[in-house]
Amino acid sequence: MADLETFRIETRAWLAANCPPEMRQSIAKDGDVVWGGRHANLTPPQRAWLDAMGAKGWTVPEWPKEYGGGGLSKDEAKVLMQEMRAIRARSPLASFGIWMLGPALLKYGSEDQKKEHLPKIARGEIRWCQGYSEPGAGSDLASLRTSAVIDGDDYIVNGQKVWTSYADKADWIFCLVRTDMAAPKHLGISFLLFDMASPGVSTSPIKLISGYSPFCQTFFDDVRVPRANLMGTAGKGWDIAKYLLTHEREMIGDLDDGRRSLSQIAVKSLGEAGVAPLRTDIVRHEINALAFGLTMERVKDETKAGQGTGALSSMLKYYGTELNKQRQELLMSVGGSDSLAWSGTGEVDTSRHWLRSRANSIEGGTSEVQLNIIAKRVLQLPGA
Amino acid sequence: MALVLTDDQTMVRDSADGFFAAEAPVAELRRLRDANAGAGDATGFDRGLWAKMAEMGFAGVLVPEAHGGAGFGYVAAGLVQEAIGRNLSLSPLLSTAILAATALVRGGSPEQQARYLPQIASGERLFALAADEAARHAPHHVTTRAETSGNGFKLNGTKAFVLDGHVADTLIVAARTGGADDDAAGITLFLVDAKAPGVAVARRSMVDSRNAARVALTDVQVDGADVLGAVGDGAAILDRVLDAGRACLAAEMLGVAGESFTRTVDYLKQREQFGVKIGTFQALQHRAAHLFCEVELARSATLRALVALDADEDRVPMFASLAKAKAGEVAKLSTDEGVQMHGGIGMTDDFDIGFFMKRARAARETFGDLAFHGDRLATLMGY
Repeated sequence: MADLETFRIETRAWLAANCPPEMRQSIAKDGDVVWGGRHANLTPPQRAWLDAMGAKGWTVPEWPKEYGGGGLSKDEAKVLMQEMRAIRARSPLASFGIWMLGPALLKYGSEDQKKEHLPKIARGEIRWCQGYSEPGAGSDLASLRTSAVIDGDDYIVNGQKVWTSYADKADWIFCLVRTDMAAPKHLGISFLLFDMASPGVSTSPIKLISGYSPFCQTFFDDVRVPRANLMGTAGKGWDIAKYLLTHEREMIGDLDDGRRSLSQIAVKSLGEAGVAPLRTDIVRHEINALAFGLTMERVKDETKAGQGTGALSSMLKYYGTELNKQRQELLMSVGGSDSLAWSGTGEVDTSRHWLRSRANSIEGGTSEVQLNIIAKRVLQLPGA
Repeated sequence: MALVLTDDQTMVRDSADGFFAAEAPVAELRRLRDANAGAGDATGFDRGLWAKMAEMGFAGVLVPEAHGGAGFGYVAAGLVQEAIGRNLSLSPLLSTAILAATALVRGGSPEQQARYLPQIASGERLFALAADEAARHAPHHVTTRAETSGNGFKLNGTKAFVLDGHVADTLIVAARTGGADDDAAGITLFLVDAKAPGVAVARRSMVDSRNAARVALTDVQVDGADVLGAVGDGAAILDRVLDAGRACLAAEMLGVAGESFTRTVDYLKQREQFGVKIGTFQALQHRAAHLFCEVELARSATLRALVALDADEDRVPMFASLAKAKAGEVAKLSTDEGVQMHGGIGMTDDFDIGFFMKRARAARETFGDLAFHGDRLATLMGY
């Protein structure tokens, strides 16, 4: 415990010296989130903060040092998080590489793959996207048809992905492909990593009801991928896909994005607008949001203590996304007619975030799919 | 403070689970309910069970070791309450071992502690908290008067919903020594002998087979030494006593919700209609899966409140209200779904699932419902 206190004091001092003041303000707009990558266009404070944290491995505090991580224990990582919160430090890097691919690479990747990719993820040099869903494979993801056929030392990839988040901004893709057409659908899938700059890869943004285009259609036309870029075993990609999905679910379910709580906003707004039923709706939401936040905390603490309850990622994904939709709905109500603004002067994000949030319970496995998983894996209900 | 149980707490949980499942299962609630009906025994619980609970250290769960208790703390008390909730066990644990022990530990003089705390741990003296006066919980609404009289005070007023008041040896009475009817300031707590002249206790049996009493106080004379805490400053003690009760009730409701859920999921795996187990129907699967999530949330909120009490945190009021509100809603959902998914048999008195619904309703009402705690939370958070 004394060591942990020393670590806390040192961390506090380091953060004080290295976190630029601009990076201690709450995230106000989408451009405030740093995604990294070859084409990243960062402000000087964003760059300084990312480089400082990346050099220490603190963008990924618990990854091993040899792969660019911080090599911290869970307790130390918790201290780092607490100290960052205390000065309202922003996360230096938002990254599918950190949240999704990294854990899968650590578990399933070859030594060469780990050495090649993990440090670049940690430093924010390469931005990754996820090639999972296809036009014919949504909730029934395992029916995907994008093919990868062996040709010498390469795979030749053909097919189409959809809902590829930020494919037009990403440098590399981790992609589910079918390598065995004859095998049962779950057993013919493999997990490939390749450069989005490869000839034959093209993307086309999909405009959402929010007016923004966070997703793309991604097309593969005779894309050559070295066989060395296969992660894990051919035909075992579904196991990796499921493992990675648990991390994606936890990410989507985790609402702690540094934005203000609904209560904080209510404190400001309800003074003038003071509508009793709205106050009731907000506090009921906050009861669930607080209990959900404590559940995230408890699940982490239990995992740390080796008491993991298992199959909880579906619970966190389901509940967290439904809560966020409700939160966005209440923010619209609190804002009244101001929140309807779509363009022009002043705040225009409320309406767009509200619309964007509707996808939370669809992407990464719908709420209904999460409930199916809980019914089957946790409750072991018949036929589920 | 991590949200996980320590080894000692896990031991308390295991021993409480085993004890209540063996000594006071739901069948025992049914037996006592039927025995207590009409002219039967009016105690409402088994005094033999209470004696065993004292031997197990449950009665003294919050009593410091120096006063003969186990001193396990609130997380442990919550685990005992959760086991009680799962088995719907009847006992005076909440009134005596949680509410009164908290009041005496927080506000008692050394003399009061030395006299009463060992009697709580040994199970020989029963207490009841006489705070509420109206049907809806409003702890600072106190019109019962305490006027100086001789060496002490004279109490006049009426108290409603005094849990276990019918068997209490000693009442903890909130009375007003100053201030207006709804002020926090001016409330004083008194230890009152239930047999004292002028105390009239009317037992009322409730839907959940527990008992509460209406207590009328007419010129009840108490000594200055019977004041609990400082004159006029009783609200702070009362609030903490109630928060302890709320967190422990949340734990009990968590047990009620969890057991009702377990029984219902088991039923979904057994009951057949249309030639298949009804658990194969997605309409029921999704509701059961949602309920699973809700029970997990209630568990987190409850544990957090108990941890806050053990650490004497500033945010005890917030976390106690959160736990009470959330666990109450989840207990309602779980028992509503329990009866619905059991279908017709769930409506029969012969079947146990209805007992869980009855207890959930009473526990939700006790010491503030969702409306009360939602309002309190919003106020604490500044809106």
